[in-house]
Amino acid sequence: MTSTSGNKQSTSQTEASEVERWASLIGGGAMVLMGLRQGSLRGALTALAGGGLVYQGATKQSTIQKAQEVIGINQPIKVEKTVTINKSAEELYRFWHDFENLPTFMKHLKSVKVHNEKRSHWIANAPLDNTVEWDADILEDRENEFISWASVEGADIDNSGFVRFKKAPGDRGTEVKVVLEYNPPGGALAATVAKLFGEEPEQQIGDELRRFKMLMEAGEISTTEGQTSGRK
Amino acid sequence: MKAVCWNGANDVRVQSVPDPTILNPRDAIIKITSTAICGSDLHIYGGYIPTVQQGDIIGHEFMGEVVEVGKGVNNLKIGDRVVVPSTIGCGNCHYCQGDMWSLCDNSNPNGWIQEKLFGNITSAIYGYSHMLGGYAGAQAEYIRVPFADVGVVKVPPDLPDEMLLFISDAIPTGYMGAELCDIQPGDTVAVWGCGAVGQFAMISAYMMGAEKVIGIDRFPERLEMAKKFAKAEVINYEEVNAGEALKEMTGGRGPDACIDAVGLEAHGVGLEDFYDQTKQKLKLETDRPHVLREMMVACRKGGTLSIMGVYGGFVDKIPLGAAFNKGLTFRMGQMHGQKYMHSLLQMILDGKLDPSFVVTHQLPLEQAPHAYNIFQQKKDNCIKVVLKP
Repeated sequence: MTSTSGNKQSTSQTEASEVERWASLIGGGAMVLMGLRQGSLRGALTALAGGGLVYQGATKQSTIQKAQEVIGINQPIKVEKTVTINKSAEELYRFWHDFENLPTFMKHLKSVKVHNEKRSHWIANAPLDNTVEWDADILEDRENEFISWASVEGADIDNSGFVRFKKAPGDRGTEVKVVLEYNPPGGALAATVAKLFGEEPEQQIGDELRRFKMLMEAGEISTTEGQTSGRK
Repeated sequence: MKAVCWNGANDVRVQSVPDPTILNPRDAIIKITSTAICGSDLHIYGGYIPTVQQGDIIGHEFMGEVVEVGKGVNNLKIGDRVVVPSTIGCGNCHYCQGDMWSLCDNSNPNGWIQEKLFGNITSAIYGYSHMLGGYAGAQAEYIRVPFADVGVVKVPPDLPDEMLLFISDAIPTGYMGAELCDIQPGDTVAVWGCGAVGQFAMISAYMMGAEKVIGIDRFPERLEMAKKFAKAEVINYEEVNAGEALKEMTGGRGPDACIDAVGLEAHGVGLEDFYDQTKQKLKLETDRPHVLREMMVACRKGGTLSIMGVYGGFVDKIPLGAAFNKGLTFRMGQMHGQKYMHSLLQMILDGKLDPSFVVTHQLPLEQAPHAYNIFQQKKDNCIKVVLKP
């Protein structure tokens, strides 16, 4: 399942349904994105890390986004994708948890440097040989289950994400779900960010997860790059 | 090296291209000794398969000798004589481990195209469009074989290529076509298409207990081959109405199982054929489902349709009412070569199967354009061409 959405704001949701969504998020995060139609991923993840229904981050974000929408600045890029990998959650969690491994299958990342168990520095490739950088903190970390992170103040691109590992039914391995959100700051950089994922962000994330699956299952990423042909 | 490159509909050329190299640890490079033109290559040749690009090296039925292995390949060594399955499987995913190699999750680097079109990703196939992986094909002097540590079958040195080559593709395709029919002793199995795959499907159907096998085609030389080698009864659909003939030959019941060994370029007769040909030319349907329609109407109630001929996209005017009300079972798919190749090789070594009878032409690789032409036009009684690099 894949969805990208311009983050349509609405205040019509009742407090009760928000609480319900937060409860389901904390209870296992199965339908996180549904709960995010109104808020930001960062707000949700912050609340989740805090262990309570701290919705401030999300509502604050909402206001900014609403203002951005009104004045026509770029919408956030929000992507959700799930893939089933024929490996144990333990093995997949361990590989992902070392963020420095991510650029091996995430082509939009140039490098990730882990500073300590909480903070890491990310460099993403941008068009025209540019890069964008940010520091990110792990917000919540549940062994073999869930990792969430968000950029800290001063990021080139405000962004956040989580990955969830859940045993697949039968003997099918682990369902790996990734949700990412990039909030363009507006202005000149907004256009850069829009291009960061090309025209098909969900396809790029899909490709990246497929490469993760190839690497984990087959030990290598299948490719035809560099092969011979009769093309002129 | 020399390779057969696609340059547009009905235009293949033998070109000089760079030699292939190892790109991944589980790769091997094979020096090709024999490579066949498959009936499904004609779909590419004719320009019917989407996402084939100018310059693509085509071909997927081949055998040869290992000349280089990646550091992840421990079970092959330089000099090994091997046959390689046409579909590429990683051996590690849920599907490969379930012996459904053509449904491999990991061998297709261009999976997103398929995911959009088919909702999911299947295995890559050598030289069979970018949608199916975009790997360089086998009608060349050398080929890069990914995941060479699985699937590749070592063969003994003392049998000629023509005895061994077809376990790469045509024999397992025919064999799987028969296996999908779940043949019971006494069954009658009808096979549409008497090319190489059809011949092996008919032979396999008998092996699996069919009492009567009927081959359907329009070329006398193919029907002769079906009679002589596959011991089939035959129908020339240009001479008689195939549906009526099948009813007559099965006591009015219809065949218990029907195998499609033709695929998307099926020819029919009359108005229906005109309809499909026209719609295909106008790009209003990608595939001509003539055989599918005929099978759905001809099959007995509760029978099985086994589809091994290649379909690529969308078909039109399918008599689903017939299939539904008659309770038909549909089974289909690209063949899982790796599942069948070892046992098929053993049959050949035991003298139970000699597939070399299908070869009508053996030509140097340089004559590929001529070979494609005579195979497509069915000139010179051409049924199967083996190219020698």
